[in-house]
Amino acid sequence: MTFARQALAVAAKDVRIEVRGRYGAGTALPFAATVLIAFGLALGPGRTLLRQTAPGLLWMATLFAAVLSFRRSFEAEGEDGALEGLLLAPVDKAAVFLGKAAAVALQLLVLEVAIVLMVSALFDLSFTADVWVLAAALLLGTVGLAAVGSLFGVLAESPRAREAVFPLLVLPLVTPVLLAGVRSTALAVAGLGSQAGSWLGLLIAFDVIFLAVGMLVFEHLMED
Amino acid sequence: MAVTAGERLMAKATARRGERTLGWGALVAVAASAVMSLAVAPPDAEQGNVQRLMYVHVPSAWLAYLSFVIVFVASIAYLRTHRIRWDRLAAASAEVGVLFTALTIVLGMLWGKPVWGAWWTWDPRITTTTILLLIYVGYLAVRRLPESPARRARWAAVIGVVGFVDVPIVQLSVTWWRSLHQGPTVRLLGETTMAPVMLTALLVAVGAFTLLYWYLVALRLRVGRLEERAVGEALSPRLGVPPSGTPATVPGEEVVPSA
Repeated sequence: MTFARQALAVAAKDVRIEVRGRYGAGTALPFAATVLIAFGLALGPGRTLLRQTAPGLLWMATLFAAVLSFRRSFEAEGEDGALEGLLLAPVDKAAVFLGKAAAVALQLLVLEVAIVLMVSALFDLSFTADVWVLAAALLLGTVGLAAVGSLFGVLAESPRAREAVFPLLVLPLVTPVLLAGVRSTALAVAGLGSQAGSWLGLLIAFDVIFLAVGMLVFEHLMED
Repeated sequence: MAVTAGERLMAKATARRGERTLGWGALVAVAASAVMSLAVAPPDAEQGNVQRLMYVHVPSAWLAYLSFVIVFVASIAYLRTHRIRWDRLAAASAEVGVLFTALTIVLGMLWGKPVWGAWWTWDPRITTTTILLLIYVGYLAVRRLPESPARRARWAAVIGVVGFVDVPIVQLSVTWWRSLHQGPTVRLLGETTMAPVMLTALLVAVGAFTLLYWYLVALRLRVGRLEERAVGEALSPRLGVPPSGTPATVPGEEVVPSA
């Protein structure tokens, strides 16, 4: 099998697990909704403030839901010795990394569409002005998140890491995605999408760096 | 073969005699730096004596970044050689680094309150340093996981590499974020050049802190070795048998079989 076929096979396996288990729809999405409602209540009923903070809330909800999805992606490997099977399979470890990242990115994108709709409804926000900038920010940001999350998702194998250590590690690392995502979303909402170019460039740089680093070091996380 | 040369140097520096020399050197240098920064250097024309915080704040920040560079290099060396001593070096350097990063932030806040009128500003450098601290606190949290030593070392090494690669991107993004939010930021060190005597005091302080760093790392390396030996002895049926996988002992640190 070629490298791309291997990565696709891993991705297809993960997507199949997700479609059959519906973890995203059953847990990650309700969790994102809870985060949005909680922030909405915490920031009060003033509509102006809510609209101003909405781009930030969108990405916070995405980030929290993403952390859940990464954990789930590797928890499934921990069951019934699935990881051993994956390790013994004659596939490139970098392909496993790319496949898992692609599958989790796909799940996150579906989740994000739902989150955008929720934010739009809850905070009375229109994303139609520069919808392509928003779409680009979400797509590029998701790739970066998926790269970091799939790299360290292996840690979720350790029961204690699953609870606190994993988010503690991942959230500071993805600060650039959070900032670039929030700023370009805010620009898109304000109809200033043409100014978001440098932020999108930053996201591309982040994606390339972490996909490359992930492909290089992933095998070290897996070898046992 | 740079790796083996580095290992030899490390072994020499962490031998007992090297450690003691480093300790005394650090003590003398820190004392000299204290005299320089408190007595020799004049108070700042605008800020007065508060500015003397620079002689501890800037060296701490230097150590914060130096130690994470060492973590990065040691992590790569570990992933390439799988020698546990590189893992120990990364662990020691990360612990010292977290200490000095936290110290940098606290000293910066103490300096910021009288000068800027606030404990905290979302200045790119402060924010980046804080995120740096969080990343390496996460690194140490992973090191404390109850996993097998080999696995823990591999995980830590990967985080040591990834965390370091992340720092410039974080710095860039925070700088952009800030410049889009508000006006230009306050410079920590004014654009004006420093008086030569102040610069000398600062350089002495940086040198003293660097010596202190290597002393603390050497100390932590020895503690790390002793910890591993204690674990090995507790697990092995015969006392004094080093666990398999323990590297050969270094000069001055011979394993004495307990009677």
